[in-house]
Amino acid sequence: MKRIITMTVNNRPGVLNRITGLFTKRHYNIESITVGHTESEGISRMTFVVNVEDERIAEQITKQLNKQIDVLKVVDITDQAIIVRELALIKVAVTPATRGEIYTLIEPFRAAIVDVARDSLVVQVTGEPEKIDALIDLLKPYGLKEVARTGTTAFPRGSQRASSTNKSLFII
Amino acid sequence: MAANMKVKERVAKKQTLCGALMLIEALKAENVKVIFGYPGGAVLPIYDKLYESGVFHVLTRHEQGAIHAAEGYARISGKPGVVIATSGPGATNIVTGLTDAMMDSIPLVVFTGQVASSVIGSDAFQEADVLGITMPITKHSYQVRDVHELPKIIKEAFHIATTGRPGPVLIDIPKDMAVAEAEFDYEQDVQLPGYQPTTKPNHLQIRKLVEAVSQAKRPVILAGAGVLHANAHEQLKQYAEQQHIPVIHTLLGLGGFPADHPLFLGMAGMHGTYTANMALYECDLLINVGARFDDRVTGNLAHFAPKATVAHIDIDPAEIGKNVPTKIPIVGDAKEALIQLIEQNGKRPDVSEWLKQLNEWKREYPLMYKREPGVLKPQRLIEMIHEYTNGEAVVTTDVGQHQMWVAQYYKFKQPHRWVTSGGLGTMGFGLPAAIGAQLAQPEATVVSIVGDGGFQMTLQELSVIQELNLPIKIVIVNNQALGMVRQWQEIFYEKRYSHSLIPNQPDFVRLAEAYGMKAMRATTEEEAEYVLKEALATNAPVLLDFHVCPGENVYPMVAPGKGLHEMVGVKW
Ligand SMILES: Cc1ncc(C[n+]2csc(CCOP(=O)(O)OP(=O)(O)O)c2C)c(N)n1
Repeated sequence: MKRIITMTVNNRPGVLNRITGLFTKRHYNIESITVGHTESEGISRMTFVVNVEDERIAEQITKQLNKQIDVLKVVDITDQAIIVRELALIKVAVTPATRGEIYTLIEPFRAAIVDVARDSLVVQVTGEPEKIDALIDLLKPYGLKEVARTGTTAFPRGSQRASSTNKSLFII
Repeated sequence: MAANMKVKERVAKKQTLCGALMLIEALKAENVKVIFGYPGGAVLPIYDKLYESGVFHVLTRHEQGAIHAAEGYARISGKPGVVIATSGPGATNIVTGLTDAMMDSIPLVVFTGQVASSVIGSDAFQEADVLGITMPITKHSYQVRDVHELPKIIKEAFHIATTGRPGPVLIDIPKDMAVAEAEFDYEQDVQLPGYQPTTKPNHLQIRKLVEAVSQAKRPVILAGAGVLHANAHEQLKQYAEQQHIPVIHTLLGLGGFPADHPLFLGMAGMHGTYTANMALYECDLLINVGARFDDRVTGNLAHFAPKATVAHIDIDPAEIGKNVPTKIPIVGDAKEALIQLIEQNGKRPDVSEWLKQLNEWKREYPLMYKREPGVLKPQRLIEMIHEYTNGEAVVTTDVGQHQMWVAQYYKFKQPHRWVTSGGLGTMGFGLPAAIGAQLAQPEATVVSIVGDGGFQMTLQELSVIQELNLPIKIVIVNNQALGMVRQWQEIFYEKRYSHSLIPNQPDFVRLAEAYGMKAMRATTEEEAEYVLKEALATNAPVLLDFHVCPGENVYPMVAPGKGLHEMVGVKW
């Protein structure tokens, strides 16, 4: 099962290393990580997507992460009302014949063309990872030259229902 | 005291000090009595300031010796062990000890030297990425990047090492940081918002456990080293007696509950007693106090405590539910939890049938071995040591058969007398650990019981023992083999003794004599009795080489992959 775990951490040298090392040591597989600054100075936010066998391992991951001294807060937000986004840049091969077709194809995805060359286009798209998968699938037949994805970033929506699955760390 | 006052005065003045002096002042402020280390280029500025500091430094003969000695010190004193090693090879030599301390939750503060900041990352002479190497084997670690931060870092390190679930903390100090100067302020408070261990257990969970106990028919307590870390041995006894619940120990927990107590069932696990293991199999309520359900304790998890409701008291929430599904999780300090349980004074369970069954097992299936005339049985040797030290010695061991025999036959009555490498199973641990243990308790009789294999991994520390005239009794259980490996090859590999037999061991007596140490050998029970008595009457280090029956195996045994109820070697 896929879990989305967000963390706030002290922005110190080696913190990411410490955390990914923890995943390696315990044999948890990371699907994606995104890291960036937060509104508070010195504090970064990380979003992890992990694929785990069961609840028990998901819980173990949050507990182990929370043990790290530089980790301030860990929340498994998978079961909350959340906003999940990813950005992708897709360089796709074009010919004079297919160029127009691609323009119309990406339109419903609200994707943008951010670079044009004689034989290729770069498409920029943001959205839920499934949406990006779908667009990449559609563009595949034209010939993908390069794809860069940022990985998932996410947080709970503003009007959050009080949710019992919002496990902050320890379930009593 | 005087030294402390001096620090206070100086601190009040907020003196400007170099990094090396800050380190020394911080150690004094932390009331550190002894440090273990080994010098080298990157830590020379620190050693230079140590020279006239009055800090008692033990120069071991290998950095592994230093860190195991610090572990021994910490395990006996309950205070953090302090280590200094130089950059590169010095630091990599402490990797085993760090892992050992991490696995067994031993508080250490370890300082490593590092090449100067300006050359970090250039593969400079004696540079190693110590932070990277040690990240997974430390509770936390730092590299000093600005000397102004050093006092805060050291203060945090001691705090982190000794609170919550204890563990090793490493501080990597680039050489220039030891020389650079800044204001030394050690009076600041530690502020770590990301580190707030829960010590007070949740009241509702305690009530749940009280309720579960009152309804149990076959309750049992599994007590681990958490009881010792929390200094909760008195409360454990009080609680067990109040509720009439029998107690089982893990290897590391031994001594937390008196071995001669009628409610004691022995050690659990691979070489545990039949009674302890069957009690774990048959119990309907299992109360784990400060143990982490290591696989050597549980055997095959599919058959572990299959009939039991599991309650788990642990300071580390991540341990609860990690290996065994837990119905009643209690996060907190073992002592606090036991005090609350005692105060609740819940309805005692009716355990008369259960105790009858347990006592029957105890009678039917005691630990056993065959005595043979003219042969020294290792089990008998341990029994004799137990007898002649009144069960009150501080005992350190290596890893292997002898370790299990000590766990089985040295009946620890008191806490903080038992020093062994449990989680990592580190050969070479016992001898240096004894140095730390003896320094922690100068008055105690310290017996270091080691295998002929493991002894040779750190035997250079004999030099330290002799130099400091530490009256440690070194007992080599010499079976001319890597005994535990030999045992597994006998049982699981059709007696194909691949690289486990060492019939030509050095003459350990002459070896000890080369270090200037008194040494004796014994090959029979009578000789053993004689040399043991003589050694124990000597107020100086003595090495004893016991040639024991080489083919002896440790039983009973739960084979890997088997459940605790599938023990072999429980009957003749
Ligand atoms: C550093 C290290 N290397 C290897 C092992 C694997 N090992 C476990 S027990 C053992 C044999 C120990 O032999 P010895 O020290 O003679 O003790 P005995 O079992 O004979 O009592 C070995 C090699 C270990 N535990 N530690």
